[in-house]
Amino acid sequence: MDMREKIRVALAELFPESAPLVHLEGEGDQEVPPRESGVLVTDFTKHGSHLDVLCRPDQVVPVAHIMDREGFFLEAIAGVDWLDKQQFEVLYDYNRLGGEHCRVMVRTRVPRNEPVVPTISAIFPAADWHERETFDFYGIHFQDHPNLIRILLPEDADFHPLCKDYMP
Amino acid sequence: MTVPIHLRHDETFVLNLGPQHPATHGVLRVKLTMDGEYIVKAEPVLGYIHRMHEKMAECGTFAQFMPNTARMDYLHALAFNHGWALVVEKAAGIEVPERAEYIRVITVELNRIASHLLWWAAFLLDLGGFTPLLYAFDDREKIIDLLERVTGSRLTYCYMRFGGVYNDIDEEFITGTRDFIKRLRGRMPRLYHDLVTHNIILIKRIKDIGIISAEQCRRYGATGPVARGSGINYDIRKNEPYSVYPEFDFDVPVFDEGDSMARYMVRMHEMEQSMRIIEQALDKLPDGPVMGKSPKVLKPEAGYYYSAVETARGSLGHRLVCDGGKNPYKLKLRSPTFSNLSLYGEVAEGMLLADALAFMGSLDLVIPEIDR
Repeated sequence: MDMREKIRVALAELFPESAPLVHLEGEGDQEVPPRESGVLVTDFTKHGSHLDVLCRPDQVVPVAHIMDREGFFLEAIAGVDWLDKQQFEVLYDYNRLGGEHCRVMVRTRVPRNEPVVPTISAIFPAADWHERETFDFYGIHFQDHPNLIRILLPEDADFHPLCKDYMP
Repeated sequence: MTVPIHLRHDETFVLNLGPQHPATHGVLRVKLTMDGEYIVKAEPVLGYIHRMHEKMAECGTFAQFMPNTARMDYLHALAFNHGWALVVEKAAGIEVPERAEYIRVITVELNRIASHLLWWAAFLLDLGGFTPLLYAFDDREKIIDLLERVTGSRLTYCYMRFGGVYNDIDEEFITGTRDFIKRLRGRMPRLYHDLVTHNIILIKRIKDIGIISAEQCRRYGATGPVARGSGINYDIRKNEPYSVYPEFDFDVPVFDEGDSMARYMVRMHEMEQSMRIIEQALDKLPDGPVMGKSPKVLKPEAGYYYSAVETARGSLGHRLVCDGGKNPYKLKLRSPTFSNLSLYGEVAEGMLLADALAFMGSLDLVIPEIDR
């Protein structure tokens, strides 16, 4: 079985058909058809990733465990502020160091007034700095992070500049 | 009057390295907890040259961000140009003429050699060797002159456009590049390898120092020469081919030792491979336009886009989120040294301070790219 299919099957187990899918209202500004699965195969030449995984915040850690087991590494963590939906999105990019090429984008959404996501820094130490950066820029709180302090902005900064409603 | 310092064995002190320290090549600060000469804990402190490029990207149009890209990794600026051009072309579906892609590859690879030469010079300067810097800068100057001829700038290039490049190369550039390759190949064995690579002082300073395992690279997401020095055969140009790289025959140097010497050797061999790519690209250079059709106002479809390129320091990723507007809704820059540096604390533990500085040099840090 090829790598992409293997990962798709492994991740699909986290999304049983009985469980409701994450509410997907309004990605961007366009009407999107309802999503039928948590794990979608995407066109690599168009989007640059093979799988698009949308999960609940409490599924971030199980997903990271699967990626770790399959020998992936964490490229980056990014935040996105969907101001009109009052949501923050956290994007995890996974990739493999050699072998069959497989890029996986994992994303989760949290309410803007209570942005809490569990940390994956115990699984991937790479996440430590990336989570600190996302906290720095958006104020997203990574639960159980060992050292969630500012990384790029001054330690006494009291703002999160990548929030869309941030006014300098 | 000097007061003798008596340290108990279990007593440690904090040593502040930087942010203004010549070995950190910019404004990186490392908070070191020391037990005598040995490092108990090393904690890099970032952000001294943070400029919030990601917010600048959101506030301007796609084209307006192009000059910013060169100001992150100022040593391999063309690769950052290339990465940004590729992700936007992917999102907006812009076609690039073949000649333009060839020119992109030629200039990016020239820039890669310049970057490695400057790393080599600065690294040896850290270790106390001054003369190599003069040789490396002599050769690097030739590259900078060539690139200045086509791009108009010497360091912070803004050469690429969505759909091509801004200026065609001419006969003088082509002959100049061929002469440069001949010259560097002639100088490499004696001035670079005999004088430095085989030098017993260098070998004693960096061999078996700062050993990074392949598993550490994976857990911390280290890429580029750092990963290839630890036995990981991973190069975006081969593993995830972009542009016209599949057309060229080149090798990916991989060394298994994982020490500073291995990373040194990877970069030295990469220069030769870059020269091979440039030669083949010049031989095969097709005729035609250097700019394709590109709309005046770019409005990519809403969605998520990712594109990666191999810079001199590793994998540079652009995670672009579009909402259908004419500005990027979100741009995350996955800069290679940010991840490469994050393993510093774990590896530097237990090292002598002088070794930890040699190890830091072997990571090839460019601070504006870490801090963005």
